[in-house]
Amino acid sequence: MSEPILQVRDLRVEYATPAGPAQAVGGVSFDLAKGEFLAIVGESGCGKSTLLFAVAQLLTYPGRLAGGEVLFDGVDFTTLKPEELRLHRWRDISVVMQSAMNALNPTLTIGAQLTDACKAHTEWSDEKIAQRSAEVLAMVAIDAVHLKSYPFQLSGGMRQRAMIAMALLLEPKLVIMDEPTSALDVVAQRSLMHQVETLRHQLGFAVIFVTHDMSVVSHYSDRLAVMYAGEIVELGPTREVFDRPEHPYSQGLMEAFPSLLGESKQLTGIAGNPPSLVDPPEGCLFAPRCAYANDECRSVRPELIAYGNHQVRCHLVARTRKNDA
Amino acid sequence: MPDAILRVQDLTRLFRVGGFRTRGQLHAIDEVSFEVASGEIVALVGESGSGKSTIARVLAGLYPATSGSFVFEGKAMGRREVRASRGDMPMVFQDPFGSINPVLRVGHALLRSLKLHRPDIKRADRFAEAVALVEKVGLTPGEEVLRRYPHELSGGQRQRLGFAQALASRPSLILADEPVSMLDVSIRIGLLNVMKELRDNEGVSILYITHDLASARYVADRMIVLYAGRIAEEGLTTEVIGSPQHPYTRLLMSSAPDPHLAPTAFEGDDLGEPPKVINPGPGCRFAPRCPLAMDQCVVTTPPMVALSATHHAACYAVKP
Repeated sequence: MSEPILQVRDLRVEYATPAGPAQAVGGVSFDLAKGEFLAIVGESGCGKSTLLFAVAQLLTYPGRLAGGEVLFDGVDFTTLKPEELRLHRWRDISVVMQSAMNALNPTLTIGAQLTDACKAHTEWSDEKIAQRSAEVLAMVAIDAVHLKSYPFQLSGGMRQRAMIAMALLLEPKLVIMDEPTSALDVVAQRSLMHQVETLRHQLGFAVIFVTHDMSVVSHYSDRLAVMYAGEIVELGPTREVFDRPEHPYSQGLMEAFPSLLGESKQLTGIAGNPPSLVDPPEGCLFAPRCAYANDECRSVRPELIAYGNHQVRCHLVARTRKNDA
Repeated sequence: MPDAILRVQDLTRLFRVGGFRTRGQLHAIDEVSFEVASGEIVALVGESGSGKSTIARVLAGLYPATSGSFVFEGKAMGRREVRASRGDMPMVFQDPFGSINPVLRVGHALLRSLKLHRPDIKRADRFAEAVALVEKVGLTPGEEVLRRYPHELSGGQRQRLGFAQALASRPSLILADEPVSMLDVSIRIGLLNVMKELRDNEGVSILYITHDLASARYVADRMIVLYAGRIAEEGLTTEVIGSPQHPYTRLLMSSAPDPHLAPTAFEGDDLGEPPKVINPGPGCRFAPRCPLAMDQCVVTTPPMVALSATHHAACYAVKP
């Protein structure tokens, strides 16, 4: 892997709840290389969006950073003051939110919102701003006439593409995307993924892409991280994780998708529900739902162990691997 | 189909949209005809705005139809009939968090619907019947579940409860409007399996409304693909998935990501822009996006072409 642009080290996030702090993200570490596409998948409540918010330093009460480092190009974001962070936002790191309808200001035109961002972060002249705005919209196949359009005049797919255009405005090195396709139809979804992929190759930015639907990223991401109950349980090259998932949870997830064209077979899904994050079980967080869990799983929390470029958090995988070696 | 329990004929629902100068008619569904036989799951597949939920809502009597009619269990359903027979065609909604009263125990709604729709059950037996219902959809132990409050149930459990409530009136048909799309992936399959079990064990038909072709293939016996308020293609699931004929069905199939297969080639010319359904002109609504569009397509609406006894597609490019 080339030099990492982002290093996340033992990141922890807690939410204050009446029952006590809930550990939404519990000790997540990963590296992101320049221009890499990392997908993070997991079910709702697994902490994937919270992780993104923590990386981008966007957590608000009741969320709280409880520890860890976010090193971007060697600078620890967690120690920066808001005004220092502002220098990095948009220029180095930008975020595409899940719901474009809520993230765009309904009372301003697309052009006005692009201008706002430029004025806040650059010294550009009005002509330069207008030119760059038209340029980024063209990148996502939106005609420049829509600079004068309000968000409600655009279709869902166009709004989402306008959000991506906005994120690319100042050519950031990292674009963070929080389920940008979940409100879109399959045709628009594929078109959007394709555009993100083309632009990434053209412009060379890195992407962290969070989704609950792993089939969306299956053909696009370089690496795939599977999250469960606030922890990464498996991380590896996307194809490897899809073709040979090792963690029982990832295996269950793969078995939970009906295939459209492949073999049609009876599926079972994963029984049970995710654990409480306020009072997590001792041992492996997945053990209560795991068909293979033994006493060790129920008492000792497993570590994320690397096997080559594939990391897995599971006692059973650790044991089998050790025996094989 | 001799034993069709639901026969929909030329069902149309228009909505008035816009202001004084921009007034228009939104064609949510336009002359839709189909049938549902007893004991089958029919999937109504379409993207947002295709009119799939409108069909369910008209059938459930939440909106009146603008024109067209439907016959349910041999009875022509006018406005009054729909109201009187609401329990016969219950609906399961998409949002499991918005469709259950949060301040009442889980058992409340179930017992009430048994009281209203099942006068044959004596008061003393109602609780036992409710327990049996929730256990049919895989919520065990039934007694305990009925005493809980909705916030104590997960999304998947709530949707199962939605099906139990629908079952309470012993319907012959359940309208399920995107029942799994708000659930997590690992939970979805469980609910789809519940639908299959209800069909196999209780003999109930389900009109399964979804945008997800793969899940439709998993549960449904037949599929109806909607585009912009009209039926593009219908047939047995094996026919529609195995040999899709309408160009729209083909586009949908090639766009759906399937991690188990190699990626399909992408031409990059279709951004998935939605069709025009406000004051649409004549002709096929898919024509502006269609790679096979001919002159004829923009002039007249293509009729349904029979490809087999069960497989039909509305397209001029399709040859029987």
